Amino acid sequence: MLVADDVSLLYKFEVMEILLQPWPWYVTGPLIALTMVLLVYFGKTFGMSGNLRTLCAIGGAGKFAEFFKFDWKGERWNLTVLIGAILGGFIAATFLSDGSVIDLNPQTVSDLGVLGFNGAGNALLPPEIYSWESVWSPRGLLILIGGGFLVGFGTRYAGGCTSGHAITGLSTLQWPSLVAVIGFFIGGLVMTHFLFPLIFGS
Amino acid sequence: MKFIKFLLVGIFFGIVLVKSEAVSWYRIFEMFKFQSFHMYGIIGSAVVVGIISIWLIKRTRIKSIAGEEIVLPPKDKSIARYLFGGTIFGFGWALAGACPGPMYILFGTGAVTILFVIIGAVLGTFIYGVIMNKLPH
Repeated sequence: MLVADDVSLLYKFEVMEILLQPWPWYVTGPLIALTMVLLVYFGKTFGMSGNLRTLCAIGGAGKFAEFFKFDWKGERWNLTVLIGAILGGFIAATFLSDGSVIDLNPQTVSDLGVLGFNGAGNALLPPEIYSWESVWSPRGLLILIGGGFLVGFGTRYAGGCTSGHAITGLSTLQWPSLVAVIGFFIGGLVMTHFLFPLIFGS
Repeated sequence: MKFIKFLLVGIFFGIVLVKSEAVSWYRIFEMFKFQSFHMYGIIGSAVVVGIISIWLIKRTRIKSIAGEEIVLPPKDKSIARYLFGGTIFGFGWALAGACPGPMYILFGTGAVTILFVIIGAVLGTFIYGVIMNKLPH
């Protein structure tokens, strides 16, 4: 026989179980919108890539380019969001994960197998690129630093990234952001469909 | 004290992005292969809820937490910088499988080697700042 306490314990257990599983898109998408809305309510905007410019400015890049001559102290709020995001990643991975495999399309897994990626979805990142073994090979290091370089250069050139353009820009119905998102996809599609076979194939 | 709310928003954002799997290299690959609705669902529902929220904010003329008017800065009107910059970003997004939010979040999940992507991104931003005047905007 269940008494009230047992029922509530059972309920808590179920809630915890749901929290530990991956969250569906129709939950996480609106929660990302909530992130943007909260920052707007706090009198700021949602844009993670701005931190890269701030990091350059802190590092003394103002000596080399006007672009980095600004009072970065005014951006400390965004660096705080960044530190929070790191903590959030730690909390989610440590306390809110059940170690479940990413439920990828089997076709994706098989396509990745052709490119030399095995065990797709067992981790967030492929060991074929992100393991230390890969990092210490010239090719692996080039992929990581080069990939990061393209993201950093492109995002500043385009004036924003996924958070600034795809989420904030589209939510505020700004056509420049739509152009940027189209660009994101042109680049991503060309890389995935045409360049991946050259980089990872054989 | 005033920074605590930003820290909490960041923590919230980090947890949501990990639990959505949007920080996964594999999910980005799958998206660009059009083999799952997952990422489109995340971005699409975020934008739909975002559009409605921003519309409500404008309509109700709600004040910010500091009691000030909420202003959403418009983006510069241009094609070249968004198309070229966006495309370069897309190359990197697909290759590294991470954009400027997930980079930090992934570091938090214990994926230490993402630091090389972050170093690359800081370097890319720096080079952009140095040569930006020579680029079409």
